[in-house]
Amino acid sequence: MSSNSITSEEEPPHHDAKFHATSYLQFLKLAFKLCTEGSWLFYAWMIVLTAISLVGVHAWAVQVEQGMVVTAMNDHVSWGLYIANFTFLVGLAAGGVMMVIPAYIYHDRDMHDTVIIGELLAIASIVMCLLFVVVDLGRPDRFWHLMPFVGKFNWPVSMLTWDVIVLNGYLLLNLHICGYLLYKRFLGETPERKWYVPFVFISIAWAISIHTVTAFLYCGLGGRPFWNTALLAPRFLTSAFVAGPAFIVVVLQLIRRLTKFKVGEGSIRTLTGIMRITILINLIMMASEIFTAFYTGGAHAVSSQYLYFGHDGRNALVPWIWTSAAFMVIGAVLLLRPKVHEHLWTLDIACVLVFIGVWIEKGMGLIIPGFIPSTLHEWVEYVPSATEWKVTAGIWAGGLMIYTLLLKVAIPVFTKKVSGTRNG
Amino acid sequence: MSDSSSGGCGSGCGCKSSGESILNRRNLLKATGVTLGAAAFAKALSPLANWTREETSVEQFLQNHYRELDEDGLKQVLARLEEDAHKNYGAKVTIGDHRPQKGVKFGYALNLSICIGCRRCAEACHHENNHDRASGNSYIRVLEMQKGSMDMEHGNAHYDHPVPHPDKFYMPVQCQQCDNPPCVDVCPVEATWKEDDGIVVVDYDWCIGCRYCEAACPYHARRFNWTKPEIPKEEINPNQSYLSNRIRPQGVMEKCTFCLHRTREGQMPACLEACPTGARIFGNLLDPKSEIRKVLDTKRVYVLKEELGTKPNFFYFFD
Repeated sequence: MSSNSITSEEEPPHHDAKFHATSYLQFLKLAFKLCTEGSWLFYAWMIVLTAISLVGVHAWAVQVEQGMVVTAMNDHVSWGLYIANFTFLVGLAAGGVMMVIPAYIYHDRDMHDTVIIGELLAIASIVMCLLFVVVDLGRPDRFWHLMPFVGKFNWPVSMLTWDVIVLNGYLLLNLHICGYLLYKRFLGETPERKWYVPFVFISIAWAISIHTVTAFLYCGLGGRPFWNTALLAPRFLTSAFVAGPAFIVVVLQLIRRLTKFKVGEGSIRTLTGIMRITILINLIMMASEIFTAFYTGGAHAVSSQYLYFGHDGRNALVPWIWTSAAFMVIGAVLLLRPKVHEHLWTLDIACVLVFIGVWIEKGMGLIIPGFIPSTLHEWVEYVPSATEWKVTAGIWAGGLMIYTLLLKVAIPVFTKKVSGTRNG
Repeated sequence: MSDSSSGGCGSGCGCKSSGESILNRRNLLKATGVTLGAAAFAKALSPLANWTREETSVEQFLQNHYRELDEDGLKQVLARLEEDAHKNYGAKVTIGDHRPQKGVKFGYALNLSICIGCRRCAEACHHENNHDRASGNSYIRVLEMQKGSMDMEHGNAHYDHPVPHPDKFYMPVQCQQCDNPPCVDVCPVEATWKEDDGIVVVDYDWCIGCRYCEAACPYHARRFNWTKPEIPKEEINPNQSYLSNRIRPQGVMEKCTFCLHRTREGQMPACLEACPTGARIFGNLLDPKSEIRKVLDTKRVYVLKEELGTKPNFFYFFD
């Protein structure tokens, strides 16, 4: 086959455009091959995810056709499960930075070897975020109105336009960093620092910005006392730095078991160390908010009262939030045990618990009480409809598919199992 | 040529290089899988294709923002919308483009001492503005309030007994047409804005339906079209305006426009005309001799949620 002619020649120190044109094509071909081949377990996993995402795609298509009346949202609770998941996933995307900081600022060697796993997670999470915004639109056909220069972009006044900028910017930054590093590894060359290190440092600040701006979407609304608190952005960040590392620790353990990728003990230790602190700060902030609300009472406490204890027999959120609180506290205790590293399965349990805990807290526990009671003090509860669950599951399945495929490409390339220049 | 450069990828990912032919079993399986997957995706998306065919058009997709349309462009849009109303609802309607008048800024005042909570204003709004019949939508919500408190915490919008109840008073709430409207600030696509006469409007053909404005409004003044509005042909109010009471598309926001198709022509809003007690007073805030100015000058008026700094142009007073 003539496709691999570049392998037989001496590589020039500086490649011209023609070289990149052919070798990049090779890279894409290899990537395609890598992410479509695997064990039966891999195929089964992908088939299950495809099936779930198909259910979601269909539910969304029906929603567009019949209107958002098929959701449980209404003029009182006008955002629901979609925006709840969006908010949480911005945090998951930002959470990956907890690998980037140790790797690039503290030069943690183990972390440096595994940091790409966090950066790829950011890509998959941001894609899911954007999908959750799209499915929440009443008129997805008018998405182009939201594009700078083409549509009408209400920047800088609308915080949503800031979110469009920071989320897409973060996606591009991570695509560039991961793409560049993978391509260089594929060529068998050492990546040039100037082509990625500056972007890595920008991405660190950018990660903070995505979750801060997302918090500003809510805390800037004076008519919603539940969200109108300066603590919202710091709390968003702290909980993101719980959920992000928790997810990555589980992924690292899975990779260690399922592939030959060397995951250094140091990465897991560092991430656990980070979680031990962030989960405590998050619990302190939660206590502080609860104290302020309940001790003061009045208008600011009504939504919190409803969230934690219900109101007049209405208690749709009570089981959610107490599950979250219990998971967070149990997770914190497990994480803080001195011997957590000797029993890795307890670490896994702790990670799953805090991940679900934050998903509830930053999702249903944050978005829904903002609308209950309504601004005219009407009590309308919200329980997501079947359509919303299907679409939500579909997007999560799609995101996991993307993440799986990205890892399928990245791991062999990084372990030098494959490359375009040297073979065997 | 090595193994990894021809068939399989070398090692590590579990694939095998099983010969030169690309028609091997694995590739055939893969191709079948991809085809089936693509077919399933197309099938799953079929409701979307229906909707695109029946409810959207190229002209509509490419339509520019209301404030960017020139005279000709607007004329075409209005003609098309009238045609759509005929096609979709069987009704002959006229859709005008009513512009703000110079030297006018509208204000509204409501006398809480004489409002009896009959909700005729809400009903008039429902008919005047071509609201969806099934949901009984209206831009006005009337709260039955507990005497002894101005707090909406003690209000109830769902009362169902003869009015006025002797122990209660009634407070209708609708868009306050704020001078500092949070709903306008948050809109990411400038689909909603404040006109020169103070009315906050929505371009229903530009709104993307993100509902951020609905979250931002402190007065529950905004409504979303959760489905395509259903109105019997004979009940449709044919006197319509682009920015106010024309039948809204599915999936966009709407709100009270002080009946701009009436008030910009010198008429009173429908809710005022329906009020049996004369509790509602509407007029030009810039005209010192107007009735609304007389109320502001002589009565003790207040606005809702003043502490939020939204600067409403809707005032409440007691006699």
